[in-house]
Amino acid sequence: MNAGAIWAIYRYEMGRFFRTLAQSFISPVISTSLYFVVFGAAIGSRIDEVEGVSYGAFIVPGLIMLTVMTQAISNASFAIYFPKFIGTIYEVLSAPVSFLEVVVGYVGAAATKSLFIGVVIMVTASFFVELRIAHPVPMVLFLLLTCVSFALMGFIIGIWAKNFEQLQLVPLLIVTPLVFLGGSFYSISMLPAAWQTVALFNPVVYLISGFRWSFYGLADVPVAVSLAAIAGFLALCLAAVWWIFRTGWRIRS
Amino acid sequence: MTAILEIEDLRKTYERGFEALKGVTLAARAGEILALLGPNGAGKTTLISTVCGLTVPTGGRARVAGHDILRDYRSARALIGLVPQEIALEPFQKVWDAVRFSRGLFGLPRDDAHLESVLRQLSLWDKRGAQTRELSGGMKRRVMIAKALAHEPRVLFLDEPTAGVDVELRRGMWETVERLKADGVTIILTTHYLEEAEALADRVGVINRGELLLVEETGALMDRMGRKELVIELHEPVAAIPAALAGYDLDLAQDGAALVYCYDRRAERTGITRLLADLQAAGLALRDLSTRQSSLEDIFVGLVQEDAA
Repeated sequence: MNAGAIWAIYRYEMGRFFRTLAQSFISPVISTSLYFVVFGAAIGSRIDEVEGVSYGAFIVPGLIMLTVMTQAISNASFAIYFPKFIGTIYEVLSAPVSFLEVVVGYVGAAATKSLFIGVVIMVTASFFVELRIAHPVPMVLFLLLTCVSFALMGFIIGIWAKNFEQLQLVPLLIVTPLVFLGGSFYSISMLPAAWQTVALFNPVVYLISGFRWSFYGLADVPVAVSLAAIAGFLALCLAAVWWIFRTGWRIRS
Repeated sequence: MTAILEIEDLRKTYERGFEALKGVTLAARAGEILALLGPNGAGKTTLISTVCGLTVPTGGRARVAGHDILRDYRSARALIGLVPQEIALEPFQKVWDAVRFSRGLFGLPRDDAHLESVLRQLSLWDKRGAQTRELSGGMKRRVMIAKALAHEPRVLFLDEPTAGVDVELRRGMWETVERLKADGVTIILTTHYLEEAEALADRVGVINRGELLLVEETGALMDRMGRKELVIELHEPVAAIPAALAGYDLDLAQDGAALVYCYDRRAERTGITRLLADLQAAGLALRDLSTRQSSLEDIFVGLVQEDAA
């Protein structure tokens, strides 16, 4: 195994992150604060507690998930798309590196960045609302699995994309709607019965439900189902990456 | 001399059916400079890309110091440095970070002394703290070379190293290539500047339409294919070649002020003595004589045209 190469890619990707640390740090802090001003203070004050949790606190897990998912996807997809776009990918392709090592380097860095942002949001949120973490270990597990699997998904999108429009397409048209309709800002039980059934087809519902359970012990779906869903999604992404590796799809002609 | 790179019947057919390489067999000797010549689209870049791992061959095989490029890709690629034709650098990366990244990618431990010597050799040491986007075109190309040398390769592929580079920079590039050769690096370069191949290469390979037409010592190739021309300048221009000289392969030049005689300089009899005697007999007064050897360019054009016919 070429551990040096993994480290070189990881280090290079994190270097890009730290060069723009202020932006990496400030933008989630500001956007989270805005969510709390709007949903916590303005609207939240008119909403009753949700199953014993204040609305402001209720949205925190969903908010973290929302940001972590979109950040993981955008970071990983850009990280692999950019070298393809400017041509520097040649170096990775001609180096004594396996595709697996390339994936670990890029996806690891993207997952680290989104994890960092997730933690920043959690800390910011703690200034606005009283956070309770009922099940810390599952919380960390959910967060890590989400960072890694969505970074993998981003990596696949970055390999697939042939231009910048396509790079934006999947996150914009599929991920954002799924995340917003995934119960970030409400409990599925608040929906009309018919829509509750529809919501169960949204994979993000399971992630947010499980993650929220690890905070407040509240879940829309059983926790085991949530874990199985995220594990299944991870397996799906790994299978796709493996297939890309076997075929050299859109990387090696 | 042992072969460091062995290519056997290497084939590449793209998905749309285009045959970029139609079974190329080629061996590079350790420590030589091998120039691959060929018109645009001949398959030079595909050949390099396939050996370096950017494209997957559809047939044949290649080995670097005995390591198969597919089965034993790690050992094979560890020995190879690649400088592609297009400049591709991360614009915001500093020169130093760029070469350090390249070395790391090959899994080698950090070696600042080696990187410093590479940058100094390429006159980039002063620019180590600059972002690559701030550099001139010639410097960017040298950064590409520095990146390829960061992991101390034994075989260096230079794809069109002097394309679009001015004369001064080209000379500088030639010096760099010769220094690398002196360090024992085997260099395989592609070019369509024949002058470059003639000046640098130990051997020349000519590729056209996915096939290797020949590989030969640069000097031997020139000798074998080289024809010489004797230019005879006359005192008084002539309107036509005098009938007495009809038996010679002569052409009129400079509006009749000169005659050009083509001959094979390795032939037993070049016919020059007899021609000069006959010129005198025909009553032509000579002003000057000069000879000219055909260049690699003439040879190359001849080969490619033959191939097309």
